[in-house]
Amino acid sequence: MTLKHRIALAILTMAAGLTGAADQPVIGLITKTDTNPYFVKMKEGAQEAAKAKGVKLLTAAGKSDGDNAGQIAAIENMIAAGAKVILITPSDARAIVPTLKKARAQGVMVITLDSPTDPQTAADALFATDNFKAGVLIGEYAKAAFGDKPAKIATLDLFPGHPVGIQRHDGFLQGFGVKKGDASIVCMQDSYGDQAKGQTAMENCLQKNPEINLVYTINEPAAAGAYKALKAAGKEKSVMILSVDGGCDGVRNVKAGVIAATSQQYPLRMAALGVDAGAEYIKTGKKVSGYVDTGVMLITDKQQKNIESKDSAFGLNACWGKK
Amino acid sequence: MQLMKLYLDRSHLNRLPPLSSLGPCIALLAACLFFSMQSDRFLSGQNFSLILQQVTVVGVIAIGQTLIILTAGIDLSCGMAMALGSVVMTKFATDHGVHPYLAVGCGLLACTLVGYLNGALVTKVRLPAFIVTLGTMNIVFAITQVYSGAQTVTNLPDALLFFGNTFQLGQTNITYGTVLMLALYLLTWFYLRDTAPGRHIYAVGNNREAARLTGIATDRVLLNVYMLAGLLYGIAALLSVARMGVGDPQAGQTDNLDSITAVVLGGTSLFGGRGMIGGTLIGVLIVGVFRNGLTLMGVPSVFQVMVTGILVILAVATDQFTHKKG
Repeated sequence: MTLKHRIALAILTMAAGLTGAADQPVIGLITKTDTNPYFVKMKEGAQEAAKAKGVKLLTAAGKSDGDNAGQIAAIENMIAAGAKVILITPSDARAIVPTLKKARAQGVMVITLDSPTDPQTAADALFATDNFKAGVLIGEYAKAAFGDKPAKIATLDLFPGHPVGIQRHDGFLQGFGVKKGDASIVCMQDSYGDQAKGQTAMENCLQKNPEINLVYTINEPAAAGAYKALKAAGKEKSVMILSVDGGCDGVRNVKAGVIAATSQQYPLRMAALGVDAGAEYIKTGKKVSGYVDTGVMLITDKQQKNIESKDSAFGLNACWGKK
Repeated sequence: MQLMKLYLDRSHLNRLPPLSSLGPCIALLAACLFFSMQSDRFLSGQNFSLILQQVTVVGVIAIGQTLIILTAGIDLSCGMAMALGSVVMTKFATDHGVHPYLAVGCGLLACTLVGYLNGALVTKVRLPAFIVTLGTMNIVFAITQVYSGAQTVTNLPDALLFFGNTFQLGQTNITYGTVLMLALYLLTWFYLRDTAPGRHIYAVGNNREAARLTGIATDRVLLNVYMLAGLLYGIAALLSVARMGVGDPQAGQTDNLDSITAVVLGGTSLFGGRGMIGGTLIGVLIVGVFRNGLTLMGVPSVFQVMVTGILVILAVATDQFTHKKG
């Protein structure tokens, strides 16, 4: 018992050291998870902006992607802690809506970062990448690279029903100039944005159709998995992999020629803009509304004519994760 | 002399509640004390009501989990059964136009069936509970995803949201869901303490063969426990629907481990036969209090996960320690 006591006390004192000053205006940031470098970068951007604006930033996250209950509890606890503004990347676009409605009814301004709610109007504003445009950019790039060469396409998507996954996928198809259900799309698999699952998905796609020569991936971990599968099949030179995200590992893979091109998004900017808008609301009561595009840029080292892009050096400078 | 000493020791042990039942209470009180010193927003009726609301779903699942662990089993499928129940009751009420009360009944039935399947496989096919529920966890997850198209069910009738509504007690808003959860704990406490079927659960958990030889229909007891647990997951599903306002096929993914955490924190032995339902409620509250308190303090949520992990190990260590001594 005494041992348990002592250890518990030690932990609690440790936690006590982490507390900030009291009586500052409070803004809450709720991400999907604590561990994804993308959200780590987002938190970093929010922290910097909070410091500059003199507001206290509370952070919380779901346990895993899709943990809606965890995000609900975080919202409630933050409001209990006095937060007037909640910045959130909703894990479940629809399931979070009733809770946001309750929060806004209490005078809390809600800004969704990165991904929208369904309907988007459930939050005051959305600060995010235009995911459709991100898809279009890599689609157009692939079209320019392929010209008249016939394409056999595999898509490694996110998971069923997720709006971001759908937007990127549809954007890519439009950019490449094919319709949904076109015969050139020979394989569609869910990768859950995960490298291991992406690899498995690509392996299965190659079993289904060995002639695949163009692979769209939802993000760069899935792209890395696809590359491993292609390499094992000896096809890594003849197949073009495209992706979205712009994480540091992803950009390094662009530099290494693993990924032909990726659309880079800017989580740090999303969070910083969100905190700025939040501080403004606390000070003046002025709300932001609608959609704010936080930008997307095509990153590639094999430029195509008439396609605007930046090289991997630029991408590495602006990426998130370990540089 | 020797006898005298033994007698003293025994009476001493009898007078004090065992460490394993006192430890969780002390941990909970210490945490509350600490957080109330750290944040002036912690110590309020409204905040405690909030914590209770947040733990209702895992709290009710953990009752079922406790019953199963008392029989020396384990249930990994509980969160998925809950998610299935929530999708069934919401989809029946919206898409299939079934009367809301009947839809809730169908959800409860679906969960009870999962419990029956688990129980039947454990008793009739004699498979270990861990393996059975590992299998049904995946099966039920897949069924839920296919049936719902992985889509959240929205636009629910008010009847399904009843337990999310609040009533006023003094200055505090309390949800009916909270009341239901506490009532279920009270009922289970009575059931385990004062009824023959309740005592049989302990007997089976302590020594299944010995229980069988004393004339307890052990298979019957086990099957009932798994079905009862399933029904409880159905009630948890109803509470989840009411709390979130939607039927969520992605819900419950970590509830199996969360409920086991609560049971262990509450001092119930994973080897079966020893433990109390009140401890589980305290275990559930410990997790809720830490999440709430650390958020109020502005500590990143990853530390909450760490603290929970440390407490789980401490709880099991205490259990081992007292078990050896007793």
